[in-house]
Order: sequence, then structure tokens, then C-alpha cells
Amino acid sequence: MFYTFIFLPLISALFVPLLYKYFNRLVHTGWFVLVVPLTIFIYLLQYIPGVAAGDTYKYTLSWIPSLDMNIVFYVDGLSLLFGLLISGVGALVIVYSIYYMSKIREALHNFYIYLLMFMGAMLGLVFSDHLLVLYGFWELTSVSSFLLISYWYERKSSRQGALKAMLITVLGGFGLLAGFIMMIMMADTYSIREILANLDVIQNHALFIPAMLCVLLGAFTKSAQFPFSIWLPDAMEAPTPVSSYLHSATMVKAGIYLVARMTPIFGGSSVWFWLVAGVGLITLLYGSLTALRQTDLKAMLAYSTISQLGLIMCLLGVGSLAVYFGASDSGTVFGVAGFAALFHLFNHSTFKGSLFMVVGIIDHETGRRDIRYLGGLMQVMPITFTIALVGGLSMAGLPPFNGFLSKEMFFAAVNEVSQAGIFGLSKIGLLFPIIAWIASIFTFVYCMIFIFKTFGGTYRPEKLTRTVHEAPWGMLFSPIILGLLVIFIFFFPNVLGKYILTPALTSMLPMTEMSSYDLKISVWHGLNLELVMTIGVIVVGLLFFKSSKRWIQAMRNYPQGLTLNHWYNKGLSGTERFSTSLTNGYMTGSLRSYLIYTFAFFVIVLLSSLLLLYGIRFDFSNDAAISVFDVGLVLAMVIAAGTVLLAGNRIVAIVALGAVGYMVAMFFVIFRAPDLALTQMVVETVSTLLFLLCFYHLPKLTKQIERIPFKLTNLIISIAMGLTVTLLALSANGHKMFEPITSFFENAFELAGAKNIVNAILVDFRGFDTMLEISVLAVAGLGVYVLVHQRSKGREQHENE
Amino acid sequence: METLMVILVGILISIGTYLILSKQLLRIVLGASIVGHAVNLLIITSGGLKKGSAPLLGEKAAGFADAIPQALVLTAIVINFAVTALVLVLSYRAYKSFGTDDMEQLRGNEHE
Repeated sequence: MFYTFIFLPLISALFVPLLYKYFNRLVHTGWFVLVVPLTIFIYLLQYIPGVAAGDTYKYTLSWIPSLDMNIVFYVDGLSLLFGLLISGVGALVIVYSIYYMSKIREALHNFYIYLLMFMGAMLGLVFSDHLLVLYGFWELTSVSSFLLISYWYERKSSRQGALKAMLITVLGGFGLLAGFIMMIMMADTYSIREILANLDVIQNHALFIPAMLCVLLGAFTKSAQFPFSIWLPDAMEAPTPVSSYLHSATMVKAGIYLVARMTPIFGGSSVWFWLVAGVGLITLLYGSLTALRQTDLKAMLAYSTISQLGLIMCLLGVGSLAVYFGASDSGTVFGVAGFAALFHLFNHSTFKGSLFMVVGIIDHETGRRDIRYLGGLMQVMPITFTIALVGGLSMAGLPPFNGFLSKEMFFAAVNEVSQAGIFGLSKIGLLFPIIAWIASIFTFVYCMIFIFKTFGGTYRPEKLTRTVHEAPWGMLFSPIILGLLVIFIFFFPNVLGKYILTPALTSMLPMTEMSSYDLKISVWHGLNLELVMTIGVIVVGLLFFKSSKRWIQAMRNYPQGLTLNHWYNKGLSGTERFSTSLTNGYMTGSLRSYLIYTFAFFVIVLLSSLLLLYGIRFDFSNDAAISVFDVGLVLAMVIAAGTVLLAGNRIVAIVALGAVGYMVAMFFVIFRAPDLALTQMVVETVSTLLFLLCFYHLPKLTKQIERIPFKLTNLIISIAMGLTVTLLALSANGHKMFEPITSFFENAFELAGAKNIVNAILVDFRGFDTMLEISVLAVAGLGVYVLVHQRSKGREQHENE
Repeated sequence: METLMVILVGILISIGTYLILSKQLLRIVLGASIVGHAVNLLIITSGGLKKGSAPLLGEKAAGFADAIPQALVLTAIVINFAVTALVLVLSYRAYKSFGTDDMEQLRGNEHE
């Protein structure tokens, strides 16, 4: 039952093309698609009471049981929080997209298939307990994100943005895979549950830190943390519903999810704390600072998303200290920081989702999203303005909006961390509140720019390409819902806190004791340091905003050569040039070069492994006796083969080759293989005839006039090949590691009614092999026929000309 | 006997490889054919030589020669023949179409 709902997006994606083909003229395809997230959302809602009461649910779908590869879904607080976000925001985004994406102009079937694919991948990701299955879904989200960013693939910038996102997130994906494999090696299980049950094994293992670094690489690239953040602004080339859904509300939070999920395993170590909290803090500052100098509204929101993700990441890092302190007062204090991370994660999805939709509306209605052209939209789009005001002020951290609550908790957390006194925090811990405060000022200023440069000021319709109206109600519906949530959560934060966030925190920090009193979110804490910091942010922020004309232009003149993007582009083109020259260097187009690589590889790998593994051992004791006849045959064969090599005449070469073949047949006679001898005789006769027939048309053997180095290379390689094979075969003879299994086939008469064992093997025991062999013959025969037939056609054409 | 056969196989492989590395298509076909023979001999040698009688159950013998390498080689001979025939006709076609059998002149373009 549960699987059906998780796989519902992927399954229903199959029907989208049909619905698009037959119904799109009547009904927008989005209405059908809307059913999917709504169903899932309603289905997941029923888990809330159970999960809030502390229950967890596990569903196992056997896939490859013999390899311990099963699709195991695990429902706990954390996965449920994400599941509700994915399906809930998904439903709202689809409603919005119905009005945003024109049903006449756009390829809606592609769009909704990608979107459903993403939804299914994301749901699978958050519910998976099996590490490798989780990884599979993780990469599927990268792929669907790539497809969605490049949805308007005729634009160059879309393709480049998609490629960039793909390269960076897949790089992190490989890191994640390596980290997961190390975890699997350490714990000897695929299940996150079982790893959590045996934490000691992992935490004292030598691979603990490497595994952690690899997993973090995956999380940081996905969640656009500094310096991997550069893909997110370029991902804004996607249609706005996609930006709102993937690149602010859900997919970029997959990294957050992973860090939260791995906190009980890796949290408590100083490396984890410093990386997660430190990188988060730097990202927060970098994102908010860069957002200030953007003129494109969507780019501004992209940097603001990077900055907010950094904030959540930083809170998760601080929260991981709770693992270090365990069940103590300090543990509880930092546990609240983890709680704040989840709270802000939810809040961010609400206000940022609505802000993206607002930008989409502005873009849709005015044809512009550059603040240098916009202004005064307040008069024409009052409802949009209200939504933007709610979302923007929430992001800036002002009451009465939910962003205020989580921002206060963030300040509380960074103040606590400066006094934690472990991991070297006593010396530089004070940096946390200082950087957080500065970044919050920047955040406040760009929120003000976002709201008032767009909606305030004078209205200049002459700069816009369209006549501006308020957006249709269908487009306003989703942002209004999100905006109402922003306000609702401010007044009733504990409804969300008690039923959804507390169970999520329990799965993130299972060892910390938290009472419902600790996790009560309240608006008024008295006049404490956090409130003073917020008031400081508002005062300084307003001063900055008022004087923005003076310094913002200076920021926009920041040299391009110093941006991360510049280095990314340089690196990418450099890599391309390097790999092109490398490939052209060894792909010469000459068969001989390729054969030399093959032979050299063969010789080097086999000889070195023989030497390194002490494989060379000779044992002549079991050798059969050599008769005079054998020696004569061997000598004759060497002479015949030498003749093929040295012959200047093609007829001589062919006859010598035939002699080699017939002598092979004679060897088969000596070695008691009558069937082989007979076959070899027949085949050799036919192939000699074939050679002679073809030689009629082929050119004469030319005298070898190659240069000495050419011949010398050939000589060295061929002698090395012969030597390798000889050594290998002699050593194989020296190690008799297993008994021959031929006696297994000596019941041929009882089983197959055949007295000839070789024949019984070929046509009965391994009959399928023989059938395939015959098909190889048939294909080769067909090839010969076609090649010869083509000749006559070519000749006819020639004659006609 | 096994050692002698292995040395013979080594010599044949060397000769075959040398031919394969040359420029003329015809020599390459000849070399491949010799390598094929060498590998067949190697497989049959690996099963042990001159032990027991031919693997025919009618023979009232104490033991039989190893039948598995024989079955393998029988398959290999036939496949070898198919490959040789195809390569031969292919080189003939290549010569007819391009007017040369020199591999250096038949190589691909620089920027493909």
C-alpha cells in the first residue's frame, strides 16, 4: 500500500503523454497531474498522529533478496516532514503551473513527466532506509533537475545552466556513493537503521572521517553550499514553478535531509561540527552579500536561497553538538538548535516558495524581472504586493511572520555556541554570532530591496513590455496559501512544533532528552540578547537601505575575474581542451596503435601480476613423454609458421599457413582428440580454398620496406607476447589447484545416451552454447554474403557508368 | 611434452603478433589465423596430454583424455573459421573500395 503511494508519481508519469495527447485541448494537463501530490499528501497526513506518538513504520519490498538489495521504506518524523513538504508544496506548485505554463505554447507532457519523475525520486529519497536505494533516488533527482532546468532547451543559457547543475551535483553524488560504500563496509549492512544500532563499530573505524567527508561533499553540492553554490543561480533558467519547487522548497533541501539523517552517526565529532556549521555560516554570509548586488529578481532569490540554506546547515551543525553532550542540559540547549533548523527549513519552504511565485507573476505580467525597470507595481498588483510583503518580511525576520520565530532561535543558537567551550570554540566561538548578525543585516537589506524596488517608487509603464494587470486568481491561489501559512505559523507555531517538528527532531537526535517545555516556541521571550540583535538588524538595515544608492553600484562593479563562476568556466574549458588534446594524442586512427595498446596492456598486466603475486612456478613432473615424432612435428610447425612470416610470395604464405593448420590436426591425433582432428582437417581445407579464392583479387605481398624502429617495436612486442603466454601457461601447469572436472561428464551415456563425451557436451550438456555458436556462423555467413553481393552491385554501377 | 607444446605456442603467438602488427591487411589476416591455431593448442595442452584414451565411452579404457578442452576447442575451431572468412572477405572489400591494403592509408580521419 505504502509503495503504491511512493511510486505513484513515477507510475502516473507513464500516463501523462496519453492525457496530454487526448485531453489537452479541453483541459490543462496539470489538473490531472494535480491529483497525484494531493493523494499522496492526504495519505501521508494519516501518519501524523502515529508518528507524533513516537511510532515508526517500516515497509519492505523484496527486490533482489539474495544480494540484500531491497526497497525498504521507513516512516519516521524526519521523513514524514519531508514527505509532507514534497507532496504539499508539489500540489501548490502544480496549481500555480496550470496558470503559468500556457497549454497552447508549452510542451506540457515533457514538463509534467519531469516534474512527476522528480517528485517520485524525492519521495523515494526521503523514505529510503537502504543506502544504495537512497543513492539511486538521489541521482534521479539530479537527472530530473537537469531535465527541468533545460526545459526551454532552445535557449543556450538553459542548457548551460542545466549542464552546470548536473556536473556539480553529480560530482557530489559520486562522493556520496563513495561515502555510502565506506559506511556499508564499516557496518556490514545497507540499512541506516542497523547502522544506527551499531554506532560503535563505525565511530571507531579508520574510515569514519573519509566516509563523513564524502557524504558531506554530496550534501554540500546538492544544497548549494559554498563554494558549490554556483549552480543554483544558473538553475533559475528553469520555468518559475520549477525554481519554486526544486530549487527552493525541496530538492536543494535533500542535502539538509542527508545531514539531518546522518547527524546521529557522524554528529558529535569536531570535524562534522566545524564543516557543517562553518560551511553553513560562510554560505549564509556569501549568499546574503551576493544577493545584494543582483538586479534580476530571480537571481536575487537564488542567492537568498543559498544564504538561507547556509543558515539551516549552520543550525544543523550547532544541533549536532547535542550528540556530543548527550542527555544533559547542554545537550538539550543544542538540541533546540536542531529543532530551530527543522523549523526554519519548514518556514523557508513557505516564504521562499511564495516569493518565487510572486517573481513568476511579475515576470508573467510585466515581461520583466529586472529591478532597474520595475517599480511602483503596488498600485496595479495590490494582492501580489501583499504576498510579497508577507514573504519578504518573514525572510527578513520580522514579526508577525514565521521567519521572525526561527530567526530568533537562530540567534539564540549562535549565542549558545559561542559559549560551548569545546572543539576550540572558546577562542573563535564569538565569530558565530558576529557573522550571523552581519549576514542578517544583509538579508534584511535585500528583502527591503526586493519588496520596495519592485512595488514601491514610481510606476513606469513605458519601461515594461506589456500592459500590467493583477494576476489571475488561479495564479494567486498557491502563493496566498503559502502566505497565510507564514502568518498562521507565527500565531500557532506549536501546532506544527508538536505534531511534525518534534518527531522529526527525535529521529535526528534520538539520544537527547527533550521535554515539550524545551521545544515550546514562543513569540515573546522577554527583552533578551536575541531581541536586541533583531532590533539592531532592523535599525542598521534601514540605514543601509536608505543609503543604498551610494554603495550598491560599487558592489555591482565587483570584478568578474574574482567570481567563482569565472573559475568554474575557466576550469571547464581547460578540462575540455586538455581532454581533447589527450584523446587526439592516442586515438590515432591507426589500427596498429590500438593493437599495440592492447598487447602492451596484456603483457604489462599479466606479467606484473605474475611477478608481484609470486605466480611463476614450474613443475615438469607430470609432463607426458616426448617421442621423436613429436619433436619432428614441432620443428616442422615452427618452420611452416616462419615461412608464413618471411614469405615474399602470397601463394607460399597460404600453403605454409595450410601446413600449420594440418599439423595442428596431427597434434590433435596425438592428443587423442579424434573429433578435433576431423573438424580441423575439414575447416583447414575450406579456409585454404577461401584464401586462395580471395588471393586472386588481393594485391601481392609487398616487400617489407618499413623503417628499423617500426620493425623493432613489432619485434619487441611480439616476443613479449609470446613470452607472457609461455610463462603464464607454464605457471598454470605448475599450480594444479583443482582436480579436473572431466569425470563429471563421464556419465554421458546414462544422461544423454551418447558414447562420445565431446559430442554429448556440445549437443546436449551445453546445447545452448552450440546453438549460439551456430548463430555466430550464420551471422558471419550473412556478412560474407552481403560483402560479396555488394561487390557485384558495385560492379554493375561501374559498368553502367 | 606439455612444456614443449607451451614453448611452441609461445613461438606461434610471437609470429602471429608480429604479422598482426604489420601494415598489410593480408599479413594481418594470416597472423590472426596463426594466433588462433596457437590458442587452440594451448587450450588442449592445458587439459594434460597423452593421458588415457580418446573420450569415447565405447573404448574399454581405464581413463579418458580430458573432454572439456576438446569441446572448447571444437567450438573455437568453428568460430575461428567464421571469423577468418569474414575478415578475409572484408579485407577484399576494403581493397576493392579504397584501392589499397596498407593499414596506414586506411586509417580514420583526424577529426571524427
